[in-house]
Amino acid sequence: MERVWLERKVLSENDRLAAALRERFAEHNILCLNLISSPGSGKTSLLERTLENFDSGERVAVLTGDIQTENDAKRLARSGFPVKQITTGGTCHLDAAMIDRALQDWHLEDIDLLLIENVGNLVCPSSYDLGEAAKVVVLSVTEGEDKPLKYPSIFFKSQLLVLNKIDLLPYVPFDITAAEQNARLVHRDMEIVRVSCQTRAGISEWLSWLARRREKSLAAASAP
Amino acid sequence: MHEMGIANSVLEAVRVESLRFPDGHIYKVGVRIGELAGVAPDALRFSFEALLRGSELEPLTLEIEYCPRRYQCRACAHEYPATISDLACPRCGAVESLFLGGDELELSYLEVENGACVAGT
Repeated sequence: MERVWLERKVLSENDRLAAALRERFAEHNILCLNLISSPGSGKTSLLERTLENFDSGERVAVLTGDIQTENDAKRLARSGFPVKQITTGGTCHLDAAMIDRALQDWHLEDIDLLLIENVGNLVCPSSYDLGEAAKVVVLSVTEGEDKPLKYPSIFFKSQLLVLNKIDLLPYVPFDITAAEQNARLVHRDMEIVRVSCQTRAGISEWLSWLARRREKSLAAASAP
Repeated sequence: MHEMGIANSVLEAVRVESLRFPDGHIYKVGVRIGELAGVAPDALRFSFEALLRGSELEPLTLEIEYCPRRYQCRACAHEYPATISDLACPRCGAVESLFLGGDELELSYLEVENGACVAGT
């Protein structure tokens, strides 16, 4: 009997596809973001608020994942930007192959910003690289402030925490400072914005974060 | 519950690796899971057993090594496992540290009987 050391990733096939996507995004100067949250935290609302702030000439596109229905794509398509629904038919996360298939009939040269709304789930999407430049985790104040401690994987892997529904803070026992401290226990350098998609409070900070990320990715692309 | 997909990837990897051992039988696969990997070991074991049953890979044991988060202190270079509520260095108390690991999801090893490896090492 013999022990053979492998030392390779379990999800190497997904990682290979994700690396190929990342390369294509870089080639076309596309900033790709992967939005992840529990069901009902407000990913789609945040995207609606985002798209309504863009001029019609912005080269932005959205892929939105759900287990069933085209509802989110219909909501987001009102913005006039290209939106495509990925229905997984039961799978609780998006994977790189789904993104690859969804992009097949889009021209990447026409896109600068690709926003991916993952299936509502704080656990499974964290394991699957989609070729994104950054993961963004959305947490709403109607959830528990200890969620970063309960689901550390996604908070560890996300660059930005969007605390949503802050207009409801007066009505719910949510300690927003504790939530932010918990997020930073898991991920010390976590960037955080507080928003309300209803009152639009904080949306400008989210848009500034997005603009900074776009500048950064363009600067990286034009670097020798 | 994405552990079914992960278990399937583990079995697929064992299938691919088994081509290197045409005369041997792989009877154990070692997987390393970090606490930040977002994978539940019990759910992975359950899915693995369900997918393995009746397949050509039986008998095959899954051994899981669960890895806590590990940091290295920037002040005194001490390496330590950290709990979620306390990231400070247990030796000198400094809070500035370098992340070493704890998010892995890796195939670590195979154990093979009569395993003369033919190629692709």
